[in-house]
Amino acid sequence: MNKLRDIARDPAFRQGARDMASPSLGLAAWGLVTGVTMVKSGLSLPLACGMSLLVFAGSAQLTALPLIASGAPMWVLLATAFCVNLRFVIFSAHWRHYFGHLPRWRRLLNGYLAADLNFVYFVKRWPDPAPAPGQQRYFWGGVAVNWPTWQLCSFTGIFLADRIPTHWGIGFAGVLALLGLSYSLLTERMLWWVAVTAGAVSIATYALPLKLNILCAILAAGAVGWWLDTRKARHE
Amino acid sequence: MSDALTWVALVLLAGVTVITRGFFMVADKPLPIPGWLRELLKVAPLAALAAVVAPEVFMTQGHVITTWQDARWPGALVATAYFFWRRDILGTILAGMAVMLTLKLGLGW
Repeated sequence: MNKLRDIARDPAFRQGARDMASPSLGLAAWGLVTGVTMVKSGLSLPLACGMSLLVFAGSAQLTALPLIASGAPMWVLLATAFCVNLRFVIFSAHWRHYFGHLPRWRRLLNGYLAADLNFVYFVKRWPDPAPAPGQQRYFWGGVAVNWPTWQLCSFTGIFLADRIPTHWGIGFAGVLALLGLSYSLLTERMLWWVAVTAGAVSIATYALPLKLNILCAILAAGAVGWWLDTRKARHE
Repeated sequence: MSDALTWVALVLLAGVTVITRGFFMVADKPLPIPGWLRELLKVAPLAALAAVVAPEVFMTQGHVITTWQDARWPGALVATAYFFWRRDILGTILAGMAVMLTLKLGLGW
């Protein structure tokens, strides 16, 4: 008990918690949308709660829902979630600079709990990629706000969803959330072509079985991206 | 998917979260990141998102929508405009939903 109180008073822990509290309204809305969408896409209440607690990755959850609803095969589901989560693979290369000295189970536990916002604030606080005192407590301060906020809002959404009539099509909020997230990834002009290719190929090959249109779209978009980058490199 | 199979899927999806978020932290020694992997990491997340979103906006029951009286595309359009005006995902969701619900419940689209 005393130890917990000491942690709660720790300045680095409090700083981490305070930094994470500032974007919590946006985080709350995102969690709420995910909660509502899970139930509206057909998951039972226990499954929706289980998904929130186990998967703990909003964009991967929202992406997985239409695939689960349409009965896509497991490997397509997992491959698609993996692709949506690839940004975390990039983050993990950065996290390694800070957490590389910890034992493996601690590295993986930190990684599991490190969502987008944890990364953004942590790197803002410590731009120099090296271990420093207070980093662990700062990280856990952020987690102590991020994780409960996300779960609370997700559960609120799950239990609220029953009160909203299905024909309103409120699950569209999940699609709009993914749309906004896609736009925020458009940091280079060539990526517009990548996105347009992926969308068009996904629709054009929609009739393929096993939801293979998603994988066709990712491969075609990857080829376009690679071609545009090599062309650019040749011009320079 | 049956409930049991969906539970299996959820546990495996949790595994995907652990593997992706800890990808370069699994090994005890730092791994080098080859150039082609960097390229893939840059385009794959966006491609996967676009591939899931596009049919959800422009298709119904496996067919491209043929009527313009569908509440989803105006919703997505307004959401897009809002995003590039304010760069804020919360407002993007609210703006798009306001348009979608107005057309759907108000005009019966």
